[in-house]
Amino acid sequence: MTLSAIIFTPLIFGALLCFLKSDKSIKVSTFIFSIVHFLLCLFMLSNFDKTTIDIQMAEKISWLPSMGISYFVGIDGLSVWLVMLTSFMLPLVVLGSWNSITKKTKVFHLCLLGLQTTMIGTFLALDAILFYTFFELSLIPMYFLIGIWGGKNKLYAAMKFFIYTMAGSVFMLLGIIALIFMTKSNGGVMSASILDFYALDIPFVAGSYFSTQTLLFFGFCLAFAIKVPLFPLHTWLPDAHVQAPTSGSVILAGVMLKMGTYGFLRLVLPVFPEAAEYWSWLFLYLGVMGIIYGALVAMVQTDIKKLVAYSSVSHMGYVVIGIFSLNTFGLTGSLYQMLCHGISTGALFFLVGMLYDRTHSREITKYGGLAVKAPIYAIAFVIVTMSSIAVPMTNGFVGEFLILLGTFGASKVAAGFAVLGVILGAAYMLWLVKRVFFGPEGELVASKDEAFFKLTIKEKLVLAPLIVMIFWMGIFPNHFISYSEASLNHLSKNMSNYELNIVGQANGPEVNSNNSQGESK
Amino acid sequence: MIASTITLHHCLFLSILIFSIGAFGVLVRKNIIVILMGIELMLNAVNLSFVSFGYFNSSLDGQLMSFFVMTVAAAEAGVGLALAVTVFKKFKKIDIKLFETLRD
Amino acid sequence: MEKTLLSILLLTPVIGFLINGIRFRSKNIKVAGSIGTGAALISFICSVALFFKVKAAPDHMVLVKFFDWINIGSLNIAAEFLVDPISSIMILIITGVGTLIHLFSIGYMDHDERPAKYFSYLNFFLFNMLVLVLASSLPLMFVGWEGVGLCSYLLIGFWFTDKEKAAAGMKAFITNRIGDAGFLLGMFMLFYTFGTLSFGELNEMMPAIPEIGWAGPVTLACLFLFIGATGKSAQIPLYVWLPDAMAGPTPVSALIHAATMVTAGIYMIVRMSPVFMVAPNVMMVIATIGGLTAVLAAAVGLTQWDIKKVLAYSTVSQLGYMFLAVGTGAFIPGFFHLMTHAFFKALMFLGAGSIIHAMHHEQDMRKMGGLKKKMPITYWTFMFGWLAIIGMPPFAGFFSKDEILWLAWASPLGSKWLWALGMIGAAMTAFYMTRLMCLVFWGEETRSDHKVKESGLTMTFPLMVLGFLSATAGFLGIPHVISAVLPGHPPNILGDWLGHTVVHLDIHGSAITEWLLMGWSVTVAGASALLAYYCYIKKITFVDKFTEQFKPLHQLVEKKYLVDELYQAKIITPLIGVSKILWSDIDVSFVDKCTHLLSRFAVSCGKGFRSFQNGNMQTYAFYMLLGSAVTLFYIMTGMGK
Repeated sequence: MTLSAIIFTPLIFGALLCFLKSDKSIKVSTFIFSIVHFLLCLFMLSNFDKTTIDIQMAEKISWLPSMGISYFVGIDGLSVWLVMLTSFMLPLVVLGSWNSITKKTKVFHLCLLGLQTTMIGTFLALDAILFYTFFELSLIPMYFLIGIWGGKNKLYAAMKFFIYTMAGSVFMLLGIIALIFMTKSNGGVMSASILDFYALDIPFVAGSYFSTQTLLFFGFCLAFAIKVPLFPLHTWLPDAHVQAPTSGSVILAGVMLKMGTYGFLRLVLPVFPEAAEYWSWLFLYLGVMGIIYGALVAMVQTDIKKLVAYSSVSHMGYVVIGIFSLNTFGLTGSLYQMLCHGISTGALFFLVGMLYDRTHSREITKYGGLAVKAPIYAIAFVIVTMSSIAVPMTNGFVGEFLILLGTFGASKVAAGFAVLGVILGAAYMLWLVKRVFFGPEGELVASKDEAFFKLTIKEKLVLAPLIVMIFWMGIFPNHFISYSEASLNHLSKNMSNYELNIVGQANGPEVNSNNSQGESK
Repeated sequence: MIASTITLHHCLFLSILIFSIGAFGVLVRKNIIVILMGIELMLNAVNLSFVSFGYFNSSLDGQLMSFFVMTVAAAEAGVGLALAVTVFKKFKKIDIKLFETLRD
Repeated sequence: MEKTLLSILLLTPVIGFLINGIRFRSKNIKVAGSIGTGAALISFICSVALFFKVKAAPDHMVLVKFFDWINIGSLNIAAEFLVDPISSIMILIITGVGTLIHLFSIGYMDHDERPAKYFSYLNFFLFNMLVLVLASSLPLMFVGWEGVGLCSYLLIGFWFTDKEKAAAGMKAFITNRIGDAGFLLGMFMLFYTFGTLSFGELNEMMPAIPEIGWAGPVTLACLFLFIGATGKSAQIPLYVWLPDAMAGPTPVSALIHAATMVTAGIYMIVRMSPVFMVAPNVMMVIATIGGLTAVLAAAVGLTQWDIKKVLAYSTVSQLGYMFLAVGTGAFIPGFFHLMTHAFFKALMFLGAGSIIHAMHHEQDMRKMGGLKKKMPITYWTFMFGWLAIIGMPPFAGFFSKDEILWLAWASPLGSKWLWALGMIGAAMTAFYMTRLMCLVFWGEETRSDHKVKESGLTMTFPLMVLGFLSATAGFLGIPHVISAVLPGHPPNILGDWLGHTVVHLDIHGSAITEWLLMGWSVTVAGASALLAYYCYIKKITFVDKFTEQFKPLHQLVEKKYLVDELYQAKIITPLIGVSKILWSDIDVSFVDKCTHLLSRFAVSCGKGFRSFQNGNMQTYAFYMLLGSAVTLFYIMTGMGK
């Protein structure tokens, strides 16, 4: 029941929230709830068995038996940290938007809670249709976040975000339906369980563009690549980020992008192993192009937030090449980079938002010399920058190092180009730091005094956990990796005959077809 | 003697004839009232075939169904006439083209 | 016991960093300086203790593991520190010189706004540098490697309100990053070839036969690692950041950009000497780059007027010597020079700092002069540094530099050409350093308008200690030929100590040649120094004539070969231009346009279907009828079956 509780308590709490009247009580109660929710996730983590590769805490309830669709959730090493990340961000987001959201507070918090349910649901779903449902539902609250509390061009950005992502997912839906029908010819019973998908042997012809597996592979890849976003499908991201409110950007960059890369890990690699291996070069090079392209474009941005948005394109390129290096180092690095990117880019968006709340401008040229007026803010920004450009002892390094190591094992050329991202990353971030914080005082800085830029307690409370995590994850990565190591190892070693069972059920997939089973432990 | 020569086919043929006349009226006439009359003709053509089928298959189902159709026809005529009256009140004309203003 | 010592060694700078970092607003330099210097001193004491521990250890090695850092499959990176002959010397240099420079800073930074911040950065640098040299594996070394780069960035840009200083810090970091990218690739290459990244295992696993050609894995790995070294140790083509790094406070230049951080590249190669020995081609590249850097940087040093710029180019040139040494397989002399250079260059930078402080931040040598009488301690200690760097016996530089030149000549990996490069560099070094002495200390007083006083004890004491070391450190590595004629045949202490872990080439050259070369190089250096003396004190017109004769060349050298301009014009500007095109023409006008085209296609499809929906009831009715007719036809003709 733990997982269902984690998924649905935000929604239930959201329903209760409707009875509250004052803005303050809404904020306070949501904040308290988000802490409780995080504690619940910690409780889940303490019960998580890191030695097994199997699905834990599984729950399965039949939903549409004729199609083999069920409410099936469970957790393993691939998803455990993403759930933790999602839950970790919620209190920070609530706290971070405390003063910047002034209209429709209740709806805003409902959106946050709805996002929480759908995002965690995506990470925990083990039924393809359920996965798809959560994957798509998560768009709706985000659409409102951008569309209601966004900037000048919010409606365009929200619509673009929604339709772009939705368009990709359609292909995934088609793919899922095809796979469901395939399970029938395979096991005699239709099943939408992802675990049953793993057992499928989908025909693959090397070199052919139209073999079943290749087509399905690209259908799924399209959906996830848009979500990641992978170059050249990234153009929705800068618009969405620039228009979204701080909290929207944080969740979008921090968690939602990871739904795409998680999809690669959960569905694409194990279900289409031959195609993934055959086409890995394509994704390696698209990833590398994304890294370099994102970094170069980020370098010449004039808007701080847009710069950070393009840096996301670059960072997520790393995650993709790590995944398609198809070895343990790359996969581990990718998973780690997902968490690191969530934390450091989330922190960057928070920082940019704090500045924007004060000056209402994100033009880089209007700043300069801010480090004198806002020393603590500058220290925080530089620390997060170091994490973002992967300086050792911060979290970013571990992920990037492992990804590059893995990529080098898969393709030396790709790794050779990917390390250019290390240089360019430093270039655009440090140039940003130089233009905003160093040098003579810019027009927006000179006219204000130190008190104007002073961080409030709430803002410090938002930044502190993120900075602690940056160092914790950088110095003791084993504390985190050890939970996922077994699963990732299993995925990289046994990709072509990948199989997952539910803990305590030796032959999971066979039992799964027995849909009348209410709940399994 | 003559009655014995009337078969199902005759009835259906008549029904088709009436239906076609009604449909033609609906498609080409501009006056709403006339169009409504066309619709009535079509409905009654269907009624005729219902009744004929019922009669020739020795079943009451057809007759039963025709009552439903009549009820619906009455309701439909009521709504249609009400609309026609509304249109007339607004435009002082009862031209079917006037309904195009509802499109946007 | 070792673990405790190591923990204290590493953690005291961190604690100092944290304490000073938290109270970064404090303006009290006494407190901040005491904390910083105290932390450095405690580290130094631990280093000394560790040195004796290592000396007493049977295999001269202390390996302490703190925790596992990254542990995945076959990749095991532990936070494991190795104290062996090389690193034990390094930690002594770092913490020893570091402590002196901390002490010096108390005097130097006395008017600064943010002394606590300054000392916290310095302490953090010490920690990172210690991690770099104590690391037992390449990735852990990389932690320190990037960490010192970060500190260098922060300290160069310490006075960040000045745009150019902030830019210099950024330039240093990014240039270093280019090297770091190479370092990463080299590391991956070694990992996939040998399956490990720990120095001990790598050095043991090296094949006995050197690789021929360029495509061997070890050759490639070494080449990439060397790219890393050129970044950190300011060699061609990545040396451009070091002269700019002089924007930082002068003690920082002494500590980071002369004595310790910039030698990390040499340290890394010495540490992995068995690996580099397998790649003779890379060794050749290293020696050539080193030799070229030594000469070209020295030539720029001849033309500069800013005292710190002269010293900066001198550092680049001396680092070139060290690479020349390690490239010819002379790892121990290279390391020896690293050590002596750390003493005399730190000394000279601190001396320069003392002058700059006294002159109220005036760095132009033309505005100095005649400081001999006004700043006697600075003068005399600086003199020791000068004698050491131009290689006068028996000062420290003489022993290390002549060892390098001799091995460049005699080593199987060396050549006469490399020796010649070294000689030219040595002659130039003697000239520009003497020029500096003339302009700053000996010439006429050019500024009598304000009172220039000798600095206080916190600044002169470090000078004295370093002056003593510059004079005597050479005796730690007396070459064989010299010790043969000295009474009691003193051993080559450093060579024997390092020989435990570093590859040692046996050179069989004739002693007479070695003596001749030694005499020759001392003569050349002496003559060159004398020439400079006559040019700048006796005012013979040689320099003017010379520059007149070779005007274009002189200007090219004076403008630093226009390398910065070249990089700006050929790399940075095009890159930014390309990025702008990528953004406006590709991203917005093409990629995003494609998306819009797709959406417009959907819209036009919709428009097409919209014409069916014209609002005319009769048309609708017609479609309905048509539809039912088609359906009926379809059913009745049995086509559905």
